[in-house]
Amino acid sequence: MKTGILRFPGSCDEVDAQLAAQLVGEAVLLWHGDRDLQDVDAVIVPGGFSYGDYLRAGAIARFSPVMESVIEFARDGGLVLGICNGFQVLCEAGLLPGALLPNANRRFTFRQVELEVVEADTAFTSACPAGELLSIPAKHGSGRYYADEATLDQLEESGQVVVRYRPDQNFNGSLREIAGVRNTDGNVFGLMPHPEHAVDALTGSTDGLRIFESMRAAVEGAHV
Amino acid sequence: MSEQLPALKDALALGLTEAEYELVCEKQGSPPNQVELAMYSLLWSEHCAYKHSKKLLMTLPTEGPAVVMGPGENAGAVDVGDGLICAFKVESHNHPSAVEPFQGAATGVGGILRDIFAIGARPIAVLDSLRFGDIEASERSRYLLEHAVAGIGHYGNSIGVPTVGGEVYFEAAYEKNCLVNAMALGLGPREQLMRSAAAGVGNVVLIYGASTGRDGIGGASVLASAELGDADDDKRPTVQVGDPFEEKKLMECSLELLELGLIVSLQDLGAAGLTSSACEMASKGEVGIDIDVRKVPLREADMEPFEIMVSESQERMLCVIEPKDVDAVRAICDKWEVSSAAIGEVTDTRLMRIYSDAELVGEMPVEALVDDCPIYDLQPQKPSEPLYDAPPQRLDPSASLSDSLLALVGSPNISSRRPLFEQYDPIVQSRTVRRPEQADAAVLALPNGSALAVSIDGNGRRVAADPYQGTLGVVLECASNLACVGAQPLGTTNNLNFGNPEKPHVAWQLSEAVRAIADACTALEAPIVGGNVSLYNEGASGPIFPTPVIGMVGLMPDVSRAGRLGFVEEGETIALVGPFSPSLDASELSKLRGEPLPDGLPEVDIEAVRAVQLVVRDAVREGLVDSAHDIAEGGIAVALTECALAASLGAAVTLDGQGDVWQALFGEASGGFIVCGHATAIAQLSERTELIVIGKVGGDELRIEVGDEVIELALSDLRTSHRSLEALFQ
Repeated sequence: MKTGILRFPGSCDEVDAQLAAQLVGEAVLLWHGDRDLQDVDAVIVPGGFSYGDYLRAGAIARFSPVMESVIEFARDGGLVLGICNGFQVLCEAGLLPGALLPNANRRFTFRQVELEVVEADTAFTSACPAGELLSIPAKHGSGRYYADEATLDQLEESGQVVVRYRPDQNFNGSLREIAGVRNTDGNVFGLMPHPEHAVDALTGSTDGLRIFESMRAAVEGAHV
Repeated sequence: MSEQLPALKDALALGLTEAEYELVCEKQGSPPNQVELAMYSLLWSEHCAYKHSKKLLMTLPTEGPAVVMGPGENAGAVDVGDGLICAFKVESHNHPSAVEPFQGAATGVGGILRDIFAIGARPIAVLDSLRFGDIEASERSRYLLEHAVAGIGHYGNSIGVPTVGGEVYFEAAYEKNCLVNAMALGLGPREQLMRSAAAGVGNVVLIYGASTGRDGIGGASVLASAELGDADDDKRPTVQVGDPFEEKKLMECSLELLELGLIVSLQDLGAAGLTSSACEMASKGEVGIDIDVRKVPLREADMEPFEIMVSESQERMLCVIEPKDVDAVRAICDKWEVSSAAIGEVTDTRLMRIYSDAELVGEMPVEALVDDCPIYDLQPQKPSEPLYDAPPQRLDPSASLSDSLLALVGSPNISSRRPLFEQYDPIVQSRTVRRPEQADAAVLALPNGSALAVSIDGNGRRVAADPYQGTLGVVLECASNLACVGAQPLGTTNNLNFGNPEKPHVAWQLSEAVRAIADACTALEAPIVGGNVSLYNEGASGPIFPTPVIGMVGLMPDVSRAGRLGFVEEGETIALVGPFSPSLDASELSKLRGEPLPDGLPEVDIEAVRAVQLVVRDAVREGLVDSAHDIAEGGIAVALTECALAASLGAAVTLDGQGDVWQALFGEASGGFIVCGHATAIAQLSERTELIVIGKVGGDELRIEVGDEVIELALSDLRTSHRSLEALFQ
């Protein structure tokens, strides 16, 4: 599998995502000004503060040349994972439903959180047993998942809520404890916590590796 | 610009003395004009010229086997093996933070990061050292704390550099002068190491990064006052405003330029802006530089030449490049959306010549600007009266041992820093092996399986009681912290935060502290590779506590053996290691009881402490012990609480009941460690050093028996108390 990780001015966790993706295949950085996705099998929109988060987190990055290609790639069924700022970018780009608002505690907050895998039958979570708790760090200032009630009902009904915070760990105040959602086709997934920072026992947990392993399984399954 | 030359009173207003002004006139051969006076006043300030500290700083040890770059460059650097260097430095941003804590702290982080990438290293970690007034009594101190922490987080988080450690203390002596010191570490290839000396007559001087505005034109704004015949009143000074996004681009752009070998020399623009950067580069390179201020990209078109020369706008770099590389350099800047402009040329004149288009508006010998500032001798005199008021009593001296422990664990100087550090990203860049509260020092993995360890420390209360012994304690504690994770010190950085050095008692504090740093760093073989001085931290109520902040970087061969502070397993043996002779003098307990500072502290045996550090270091490296924690504020009872809370594992401990139980439980001193491990391992360790087995890990309470007295507290109660700072951040 070949993964492409976008690099915007202001991206911070792109190299971390590359290191994580390299554990399951090849991984390259894709410059924001280039439209060529270099034939990657999957795209990661990484964490950080793309374009300084000016205007609104993710609001400017969605208009970059590389995002035009990513939107097309996603429409064609390509796997796209958005992490933290990347999740915000995907929501701004309309590839994922909802929005991320400033945290309920109004502060940037770093915490190791436990995520409940709500949907284990997805291209991003197939390596996780349903109901399993993943210990993954979260770190953001605007991670409060928001959508209107009707949308939230619909997301839950259609199995688009993929991961939730353990209820006592929902520090950002996300509605219905939602930590990550996918699109209706299931090929685009965004979450606020950072699975790429949970791939090595030395620096934390290895639970995040399941996300990357799931993506590899989805890509390689599709190739067979 | 004004035809009228500035006069003596303008020089005085800018902080020069009459004698200094006369010396400037002599060096110039005539009274300086506006641009020249502005530049002299900045370069001859304490901040740039270290005129009251230089002689002392010369006494510090600066050489050692690992030192690659010592003091005098943007940052120091030590060799960490496999062709890599670690650059590091601590710097203060105290005064700006007292005025505007968010931007002051944020730009403090921005400034220290530029120092790191200016020498060719990618910033990999930030630590901070903060001091505020009595937060239990002072609303202003709570405000400063909250906003300074938010500012540090804002900058470090946004730029993608982890904040991996730090410390904060609250003392009334900092009420009017908070301290915000930031330390940064960088990693880079040794062959990419960059110096700031300008070289190559005819080479191009290029500025890149943010445009230049009127921010940070502090003292120099006096020049724009009516006395000079200039009616403009809109040149008011403003606090510098940081933009981490601009700095992120600047950093990536600089690192790419260095990697491509396009830069001859590089310097960041910090205090005193273009004046300081250009003059330092010219001085170190023994050349001259011509600058045309009209070529500098400006935020406000009508800026005066002196304003452009002294502006402290953030996120700017100055480099010297070969003429043939101008297009290539500017192309890289364009790629990163960083503006750039060639503004001058390296000359062989040894003069700084400032032009405004074709008009020469300032001409000064580089040597006069940089080297000829008078250096003053201090007049140290130990004060005959106590300098500091006794703290308010917060704990009844008749309180029980258990209640006293709970009060200490919940006191602002000891309670958990989680509400602060969880506003920082400690893990970006995927190197952080030990985060805050996991170990006594932060641990950062290196590519070859080894690891860096870093610690920052500075207990001003103990230094105030005894500048020499207190400072020894600070330096030794840094090294003890490194030992607890298994690291050997490679080098040290320091930030000397003191009051007015022209006052004999402050001069005495400063001299004694520097003498202690020299002695301790020599004994530890951890030379000073760089640092900073922040003087004049005092108001009407007197000076701050003398606060030498020490940052130390060490190396361990095997990252997988990095130590941790928390107990590990039920049933393990707990031992007290080291030549530990606790005393309540200047301790946190005595502070809570409202006792005044003593005059002097018990003597520290540097060699004995160093010897036990080596034993602890090796025991951690070998995996012989499972945890190690240095005994510091609050004594052994607090250290045991921290080991227990970090692991959510209780302990039952018995301490020697001879002597004063309060001293045994809460006394402080250098050289004590709590280690835990299997009984056989502790027995093995006892063959290497003096240790006392004091108890076992287990249960959900902490039980400490001393003589006839017993402390018995549930971990849940200790934890509640330990989390007391959270209430401030609700």
